[in-house]
Amino acid sequence: MRSEAKTVIIGGGIIGLSIAYNLAKLGESDVVVLEKSYLGNGSTFRCGTGIRQQFGDEANIRMMKRSVELWKGMKDELGCDVEFKQSGYLFLLYDEEELRSFKANVKLQNRFGVPSRIISPDEAKMIVPPLNTEGVIAAAWNHTDGKANPFRAVFAYANAAKRLGVKIYEYTEARDIKVEEGRIKAVLTNRGEIRTGRVINAANAWAPIINRMAGVPIRIPIEPYKHQGIKTEPIKPGQIEPMVISFKHGGVYLTQEANQGGVIGGYELKYGPTYDITPTYEFLRGVSYRFTQLIPALKYVNVIRIWGGYYAETPDGNAAIGRIEELDEFYIAAGFSGHGFMLAPAVGEALAELIVDGKTEKPLWFYDPYRFERGELREQAIQMG
Amino acid sequence: MTDPRENIIICRCNDVTQKEIEELIDQGITDIEEIKRLLRVGMGPCQGRTCIPLVIGIIARKTGKRPEEIPVPATRIPTRPVPMGVLVGDCDEE
Repeated sequence: MRSEAKTVIIGGGIIGLSIAYNLAKLGESDVVVLEKSYLGNGSTFRCGTGIRQQFGDEANIRMMKRSVELWKGMKDELGCDVEFKQSGYLFLLYDEEELRSFKANVKLQNRFGVPSRIISPDEAKMIVPPLNTEGVIAAAWNHTDGKANPFRAVFAYANAAKRLGVKIYEYTEARDIKVEEGRIKAVLTNRGEIRTGRVINAANAWAPIINRMAGVPIRIPIEPYKHQGIKTEPIKPGQIEPMVISFKHGGVYLTQEANQGGVIGGYELKYGPTYDITPTYEFLRGVSYRFTQLIPALKYVNVIRIWGGYYAETPDGNAAIGRIEELDEFYIAAGFSGHGFMLAPAVGEALAELIVDGKTEKPLWFYDPYRFERGELREQAIQMG
Repeated sequence: MTDPRENIIICRCNDVTQKEIEELIDQGITDIEEIKRLLRVGMGPCQGRTCIPLVIGIIARKTGKRPEEIPVPATRIPTRPVPMGVLVGDCDEE
């Protein structure tokens, strides 16, 4: 293992790996990534695979628009097919109040070049043939949203970063961070010490632990909640192409995986804060009930497995991304509240720009880690599941 | 000449061959959790009952580890496929 590096990134999920790759791409390749387990094990490999631009605020819309551009080009840029597919996101709307708020969101999304629109229940049924549209009065639809394979995406970033000189150490846990007079000196791991002047906390669910190690002097409330996912056996391709969402059914979301053909999804049931992610029977029953309400034919489809994962949540459902001024140099990109996978390409690019150039055109200010301390919470991000 | 390992199916649910698994190990990916996710061995309807012992055997042979040193990936409920309708049947109070 290296005993010295210019930058140490703690967390080998898609966020840490995207930051590592983007730093190296800008010429800062003296980077070590530490992962306490295997790559992707924290939240990325447990995610719902969705990639959407249908948010309700300018910053998330703009970040996700950039992310989708990067997802689209990822096969060429990273040299690995991450199975990105623009199969759309379909929000089912059941009353006038929902419709009003989604109309306002669509207007905002359109202003930033996201081609979302409100469609009729019949159009929704054409997009998803087995959909139960009973009670649906309209739907919000964006065909440029999509999904990708989290396993492949993690390895695509990891391999591209390694080719540029980044070192990635798995089963290597950060145990402490040495700070002297406000300056980062080293990261202590279970495999020895790495001298460094710059730490990036990309540990998401474990980010508060890393913050404590470094003595981050401000309050950044991030708490791990257990969410769960479900996967069915493969069904005929093309049945449930987009991500289908209903807030009226407890924030249920489901889609058919691009290449595997099974139905994957979940709903808003959560437990915590906790680091226990044991799957529950309550979820298995609850998610089956909701899936079959939306797509009655799923009654006849076998459930293959359910699993647990973390939403590292902040009070406003938006991540904490930026530099901690009191510590030279400490950055955080964590607390993604269920949106880390989709945001990773743009977040990695923007944070690398901030670190290398000292500024970025992308709206990272929105995710200011100081906003909790100042009491300037953002409007709650549109969250599903 | 085709590689005979191309015709040896290790994971019958997801059609993964011995060659694919060994190639990944040759690239340095020897962690069963990563092999599982990259090739989706053990993620189909059998949930690894058939293939995971075989994968452990391959990893052990290629890396020189003892099979008992290789951790078995988590078993996920419901462990055998169950139709959603069955699960919903006892869920009607919702």
